[in-house]
Amino acid sequence: MASKKCYHCNDDCKVLIHFDEKDFCCNGCKTVYEIFSSNDLSYYYDLQSGAGSTPNIIEGKFDFLEATEIVEKLTEFNDKNLQIVNLYIPKIHCSSCIWVLENLNKLAPSITNSQVNFPNKTVRISYNPTKTTLKNVVVLLAHIGYEPYISLDDVDNKKKSTDRSLIYKLGVAGFAFGNVMFLSFPEYFDLSSSKSSGGEFWLNQYQTIFRWLMFIFSLPVVFYAGRDYFIAAYQGLRSKLLNIDVPIALGILVLFIRSTLEIIFDWGPGFFDSLTGLVFFLLLGKFFQQKTYSFLSFERDYKSYFPIAVTKILSDNTEKTIQVHDIKKGDRLLIRNEELIPVDAILISGNATIDYSFVTGESEPVIKNSGDKVFAGGKQLNGVIEIDVLKSVSQSYLTQLWSNAVFQEDKSSKFQTLTDSIGKRFTTFVLSIAFIATLFWLFYDPSKALNVFTAVLIIACPCAIALASPFTLGNMLRIYGRKKFYLKDTQTIEQLAQIDTAIFDKTGTITTAKKSTAVYEGITLTDEEELLLKSTLRASNHPLSRSLYNMLAENDIATLDDYEEHLGKGIVGSINNQKIKIGSANYVGNTVAETDKNTSVYISTNDAYKGCYVFKNEYREGISDFFKAMSETIQVAILSGDNEGEKSRLEALLPKLTPLYFNQKPEDKLSFIKSLQDQNKKVLMVGDGLNDAGALAQSNVGIAISENVTIFSPACDAILDATKFKELYNYIIASKKAMKIIKWSFMLSLLYNVVGLYFAITGQLEPVIAAILMPLSSISIVVFTTVSTNILGKKLR
Amino acid sequence: MSVIYMLLAISIVVAIIFFVAFIYSVKNGQYDDSYTPSVRMLFEDELVEKSPKNKEQTYPTK
Repeated sequence: MASKKCYHCNDDCKVLIHFDEKDFCCNGCKTVYEIFSSNDLSYYYDLQSGAGSTPNIIEGKFDFLEATEIVEKLTEFNDKNLQIVNLYIPKIHCSSCIWVLENLNKLAPSITNSQVNFPNKTVRISYNPTKTTLKNVVVLLAHIGYEPYISLDDVDNKKKSTDRSLIYKLGVAGFAFGNVMFLSFPEYFDLSSSKSSGGEFWLNQYQTIFRWLMFIFSLPVVFYAGRDYFIAAYQGLRSKLLNIDVPIALGILVLFIRSTLEIIFDWGPGFFDSLTGLVFFLLLGKFFQQKTYSFLSFERDYKSYFPIAVTKILSDNTEKTIQVHDIKKGDRLLIRNEELIPVDAILISGNATIDYSFVTGESEPVIKNSGDKVFAGGKQLNGVIEIDVLKSVSQSYLTQLWSNAVFQEDKSSKFQTLTDSIGKRFTTFVLSIAFIATLFWLFYDPSKALNVFTAVLIIACPCAIALASPFTLGNMLRIYGRKKFYLKDTQTIEQLAQIDTAIFDKTGTITTAKKSTAVYEGITLTDEEELLLKSTLRASNHPLSRSLYNMLAENDIATLDDYEEHLGKGIVGSINNQKIKIGSANYVGNTVAETDKNTSVYISTNDAYKGCYVFKNEYREGISDFFKAMSETIQVAILSGDNEGEKSRLEALLPKLTPLYFNQKPEDKLSFIKSLQDQNKKVLMVGDGLNDAGALAQSNVGIAISENVTIFSPACDAILDATKFKELYNYIIASKKAMKIIKWSFMLSLLYNVVGLYFAITGQLEPVIAAILMPLSSISIVVFTTVSTNILGKKLR
Repeated sequence: MSVIYMLLAISIVVAIIFFVAFIYSVKNGQYDDSYTPSVRMLFEDELVEKSPKNKEQTYPTK
């Protein structure tokens, strides 16, 4: 039975449903198959077998899409006869998904067009609002297993148009570069073609037109494509910083002015080929560096997780959908199963089982009784509850964190990259050489002085230096990406290489979020009692019962004679006059005070206390070795929002004297990192929940651990797939090696510069030498960095 | 030899045509998604026709 795979979703079938000669694991999968096959869409399964996902439909979940003001905000285009909406569907994963989503109009003819953007995992749907509604479209998607993910973020931030200016600039520079090279050919092949020494007659005749055409081509390159370098250099100088852009801007400017003067006064052909080539290569480097993971977001705050609207219960007991921002203190809200609680509130009625894993990473749900406080960010798991609002959205315990100034700061502006610090020394070096050489020539042969001055600035233009870093780091970024370590930008690699302190969150970061183990403590249960225990647990829907039931060894199941559930206390079951009570210590009658701080389930049979199951976190594989290796070079500490229940276990796992801090509030974590930074430490924060968001933003590098990279991660610099956690230290080492590669390529490019400077200082810089030297140095740097980073990447797992 | 003016003019006009085509295609978003079209072009109208019915599907909303 275990070998049977579901025809729709390819999961192992626990319950077998046979339909149409195919096996299905649940009714949901079967229904999707029925929808597809009855609408001529069964090609879906031929394209890729078992591609589907089980639909998880919660009634009323999308009711808020009926409100016109919400539809207005979500749609890209809204007209009487046409609405266009762009929906994010995390489940898109294969060509079958693309195919079925682009054939949506077979399921609903009112959908006129749907187009998938696979890398972004979005689908753009156009439909006729007179025949269907946004809600119907979304419900249709949910029914076929492609539930869109709609959050507060979609309403608050209108999508920015994609910035394509770099591609335009690259296009302009490449276009001009090619044409200028082409127009330079006569000059290359006929070097002695001055009118006095003969040369090809017709080339001399048309020299001027060739040269002025090159001039025209170089104009957009200097004033449009190369504009960013001038701006960056100007900004650098204004803040008294000699960054790498200063010599680049100087080089471009000098190249352009000297070349223009040369053709005006007919001194020579100018350096337009080198000029356009330089800008083209520099932009190419920039383009390569700009690898973005469009399906990931590094800027998420709580808004990405919060719903757009909730159901408010009015005083006359009618329900009304209101937007989250309009929630006021004192409102009564209805939270359905699987819905997120958007504000701090008091539980009024219902069976609250709240999953705070978004907030803390803790997977074990918390049970609340009426009158208890519930906090924003929790997800209700068990039926409908009613809550009374205590605070508005922006003032709740969790969301308050985002008012901290750290979220407004731009981290990148504070950091000086290796290229910039080298650029500073380089600029002073080049400028002093230029002035010394000019001074020398002023005494020796004043006619050549200007020539030498400009030649030095041209040849010393740090094209290769400026390329070394983008190509090394850009390639590293791609290598990391293939290993499921997604970085926000290349600067993160540089910062990662400097880390000397690493802080880890406990729950969900070094423990797994999915599994937990339970250990039995107390008097050993007899076989009969175990049978009774398991049969009783089976009847309960409580999450702790479910997980305990799944953990217990296979046992026969007996039918219970009697079963009762006491809310917030426990359950009781009996067979043949054998009674078992399972639940909290008080309920079971445990006279021993609750000493253990871990989640426990207590058991008594026939009113005699037996023992308890203690739930323990399961740590990720290889944690002990990981920390042992890491603590050799990096200071490690654990910062946990939980109580000290796990302290002794952690101490056994971690290297001796690792500092452990418990009961840390989100703000505490933030200020802890800040205090370390005040001691000049470079801090790496590894966390997972929204409660780590402040610490992640404050740290030099914030890495979010995520079980599912497409769905959940707070704002951070990098996202690491949870399965790769133990490789993190190797990734840090690799980043240090990448910085070494950059330094080596700096040496290499300096070598080229020395050769070039020899020609420049001696006053023999011909355009053809510049035209050879510049691309040669750039290309060899690109080859060197790409090859060496690939070798580095091969060693990573 | 004034034919060279002609040749230059033609070569530049051709180059500019391609350049404009490039800018136009970027502006239209052709390079925003470089993966999906590669999959989409392999699809044909592979609908498995079983029965001619093709009705608007209705779903319970409550």
